[in-house]
Amino acid sequence: MEAGRSPNIEILSNADLLALDGKPGNFTAKLRLRPRYIDAEKCTACGLCTRYCPRHLVDQYNEGLAVTRPIHIDYPQAVPATYFIDPKSCLHLQHGTCQICVPVCRSKAIDFSQQPEEKELKIGAVVMAPGFGRIGNDTLAKYSYGKHADVLTSLEFERLLCASGPFEGEVKCLTDHRHPKKIAFIQCVGSRDLGCDNGYCSSVCCMYAIKEALVAKEHDPEVEITIYYMDMRTQGKDFDAARTKAEAKGIRFVRARVADVMPWHKQLKLTYSLLDGTHHFEGFDMVVLSVGLDAPADARHLANIAGFELNNYDFCRTETFAPLLTTKPGVFVAGAFQGPKDIPESVTQSSAAAGIAAALIKKDRNKGYVVKSYPKERELAKDEEVRIGVFVCHCGINIGSVVDVPLVEQYTEGMEGVVYHAQSLYSCSQDAQEVIKQKIKEHNLNRIVVAACSPRTHEPLFQETLKDAGLNRCLFEMVNIRDQCSWVHANEPAAATAKSKDLVRMGIAKARHIQPLPEQTVPVINRALVLGGGIAGMTAALNLAEQGFHTTIVEKGEGLGGHLQHLSYTLRGDNVVQQLKEVSDQVEKHKRIEVMTNTELAEISGFVGNFSSRLVIKKGKSAKESTLDHGVIIIATGGREHRPEKVLGNEIKYSARIVTQSELEKRLAGKAKDRAPASTVMIQCAGSRGDDLAYCSKVCCNHAVKNALKIKELDPAAQVVVLYRDMRTYGYAEDAYREAREKGVVFIPYGMEAKPKISGSGKSLKVTFHDPILREEVTMTPELLALSVGIVPEGTEEMSKLLKIPVNQDKFYLEAHVKLRPVELPVAGVYVCGLAHSPKPVDEIVVQAQAAAAKAAIPLVKGCVTVEPTVSSVDKELCIGCGLCESLCPYQAIKVAKDESGKRKAETITASCKGCGICASHCPVFAISMGGFTDEQISAQIKAFGETSDKE
Amino acid sequence: MGQAKETKSGAVMVVGGGVAGVQAALDLTELGYYVYLVEKSAAIGGAMAQLDKTFPTNDCSL
Ligand SMILES: Cc1cc2nc3c(=O)[nH]c(=O)nc-3n(C[C@H](O)[C@H](O)[C@H](O)COP(=O)(O)OP(=O)(O)OC[C@H]3O[C@@H](n4cnc5c(N)ncnc54)[C@H](O)[C@@H]3O)c2cc1C
Ligand code: SF4
Repeated sequence: MEAGRSPNIEILSNADLLALDGKPGNFTAKLRLRPRYIDAEKCTACGLCTRYCPRHLVDQYNEGLAVTRPIHIDYPQAVPATYFIDPKSCLHLQHGTCQICVPVCRSKAIDFSQQPEEKELKIGAVVMAPGFGRIGNDTLAKYSYGKHADVLTSLEFERLLCASGPFEGEVKCLTDHRHPKKIAFIQCVGSRDLGCDNGYCSSVCCMYAIKEALVAKEHDPEVEITIYYMDMRTQGKDFDAARTKAEAKGIRFVRARVADVMPWHKQLKLTYSLLDGTHHFEGFDMVVLSVGLDAPADARHLANIAGFELNNYDFCRTETFAPLLTTKPGVFVAGAFQGPKDIPESVTQSSAAAGIAAALIKKDRNKGYVVKSYPKERELAKDEEVRIGVFVCHCGINIGSVVDVPLVEQYTEGMEGVVYHAQSLYSCSQDAQEVIKQKIKEHNLNRIVVAACSPRTHEPLFQETLKDAGLNRCLFEMVNIRDQCSWVHANEPAAATAKSKDLVRMGIAKARHIQPLPEQTVPVINRALVLGGGIAGMTAALNLAEQGFHTTIVEKGEGLGGHLQHLSYTLRGDNVVQQLKEVSDQVEKHKRIEVMTNTELAEISGFVGNFSSRLVIKKGKSAKESTLDHGVIIIATGGREHRPEKVLGNEIKYSARIVTQSELEKRLAGKAKDRAPASTVMIQCAGSRGDDLAYCSKVCCNHAVKNALKIKELDPAAQVVVLYRDMRTYGYAEDAYREAREKGVVFIPYGMEAKPKISGSGKSLKVTFHDPILREEVTMTPELLALSVGIVPEGTEEMSKLLKIPVNQDKFYLEAHVKLRPVELPVAGVYVCGLAHSPKPVDEIVVQAQAAAAKAAIPLVKGCVTVEPTVSSVDKELCIGCGLCESLCPYQAIKVAKDESGKRKAETITASCKGCGICASHCPVFAISMGGFTDEQISAQIKAFGETSDKE
Repeated sequence: MGQAKETKSGAVMVVGGGVAGVQAALDLTELGYYVYLVEKSAAIGGAMAQLDKTFPTNDCSL
């Protein structure tokens, strides 16, 4: 948890917001800080107090499936890592007795005299992120929740699966601790249900149910799992793959409505009805309710205090084109409180909200900012003795349940250079960092080896700890015994332990040779380039400009607007034409934005902070060139409608009667009297989800519902039939889907085993499909056939070559980390948003664009970037100037030039180097060495692999 | 009741310490602002801290 380490984040936990006054840029917030009854400065999180505390307390963190004590900590990596006393259950605080914890605590941290404190904060802006609340128990009761212990919510099941959960990751029935053989998931519990006032779809439960089912299957491959659903809404980027995987693993998906769940012998009887109206029942050992995300319980209270409005479901009210603005200026919203959503979307919103807030108070930037200082780096003497400290991590039971961690740790005893070794339960926790720092001092360590999880996620954390301890951060080696041992060899603990020993031995061998590497900083050019002038590009440019940075929009078309110019209205009824005009006017008038139309990017070189682009501007037949220097680049090149030639096996001849949804929308927005067809058939997933394109385009279900509603609005008697696979009207769009059904739009599912058939054209147009309710084939002769076609990215293949950034199998850009870095690309200084990233509706595009702008502003704000020290370097003595490296480098980061004596020698452009190592591995004379991966280090590692120590 | 007053300029308050709040706080500091992260429970992390593995990448939560 990085947040716990930042000197610029003050965590005020156990805190209630009492009041918020003032105006944007100048608010005063009043808080009440409830006491923990434990002095955070003194608590070492040793856990002794919990062991002595006599009172039992139902553990909320474990969803009530375990017990803890009034004095406790939720989980070892918690931030702040301080225990606290629950005043409602503590014997002393309730009855004035006990106090046994006070003498038990060795660091005298327990302080019952603590009183609530009030605190006033001066702030410029507010971001509201109170998340989501629970679905009420009365809604769950109809499935026997609360009456039968083996009916669980998905969150409870999540705790069962978790290594730190009540049964340490084993799935057991709560009634008699047997391992369940049959588990059922019931979808849409507390969602898409007006019975509990939650008409919306919670958007995440389909995906988490698949995840939980897959994890349960991993724990016990024999378990039979059935998911009862209405529509499988796995519309996110690459999410359908998870469903396919689940099907391949034998997880059963049944489209049905579950009527009830009743105790039945030793089991639970689940009664459900299929589409054709037939009823069935089946016995299960455990039933998991995929509960939706409700509005936070105190949403009203919070809205009253801060003065913003809620929507009809008690989530925060926002607009399509301003999705993160609450109705109170200066107060922004992010995360599940804005509407149910998953982690990637929440994280994107957070970055976006940060960017908007930053723009609002840009004049106060850096005024309150604390610059983190590190102790002076200790220089290693030339022949300083190697003193290695090894830390082996249990990762709770993630590693510890498979790999024999104590054995691995003991194994390092006596190895050359190892002067200290230890285990830790969670080496990434805050107190473990303190331990590492302390041990570095105590034992004068100068190399650290951590055997834990992936360096991709955790190396920066440990390196930071090294810096805090005054060591160069490169004196660190990470060994991944989780992914590479406990995960992949989960069923062979002995082999996993042996492999961990091998890897640790190799890591130590390498560590003996690692050297400090200098950190370099490069200045940043204070300008951004935004590629693409659609809604994404314009939104990103506006945010950057508002934050104070000059921005150039390069648009290859004639004007701004992009794909949105083909749309007329949104599902929520916004006037797209007018909104788009407002945004483009703002862009054109902004003094810090320069718009270049008819312009294309021809070439780009450089690196984060220092890019140089060659632009070609077309004017009639002639073309002009210009260059632009910029520090960052945002790619917002968008996408376009896909026009498949074949849909579900039928050849398509587009005509006035066979159209795409966009074409239908244009017709409906027009003026013609007969613009609403008397009868329309819509086919969903036309050319998507494995038909022609592999993926789901996320917006087509909404598009169909929107057009169907428009037809019904123009002519209530018109007939509209929608043939679909899963209606993916997630979030609030579910309301529109319900409305369409109420207005008589007929929705009929089709399966891939019985695809709709299209024949004829013009007047003879016919659509034949299987009707599961009538259980027979039906043929219609509609006036119009509207195909819900997907979205394809625009020009990503060429651009990916130009910029050297990867695209995924569907030709959308591949982000650096789907969950944690959703708008950053693997090349530093390059960001992505909009349809170029993946298909998505306009409100999500606006958010993503704002997030990309916020991320792109980071290097611009800092004014300099730090270059990773793991770069290549050339030994000029050895180099023969052959130029092989220059021709091979994928980043143009190594150049051959004549030196003073006129000899051709290669040289690394440090700031461009990505440390990939291609040059070093190809150099015929071994003149190139990679920082952190020198030949010497790697040979040592390989040699160590061959050595089996005497102990074995 | 104790009283404390903070008069730092260039500060933002984030209410809620789940993934959303924490990410907003981190980005705000990167953009040059001081952040008060207000959380009503005893620790930050929100719902994500309770999840075992999370889709789409299924690695550990924090
Ligand atoms: C069973 C289940 C499984 C899931 N699995 C996944 C998954 O695998 N992948 C995925 O991407 N998503 C998953 N999700 C969704 C994920 O949990 C949410 O997207 C995410 O937690 C939203 O983050 P948040 O910060 O907006 O809200 P939260 O995590 O709810 O955090 C809100 C925080 O704000 C605090 N707070 C609330 N009110 C106040 C107040 N008035 N003052 C101060 N603080 C306050 C709360 O205590 C809490 O710490 C799952 C959800 C569920 C229910
Ligand atoms: S359809 Fe929506 S509410 Fe129902 S389970 Fe799937 S994501 Fe949740």
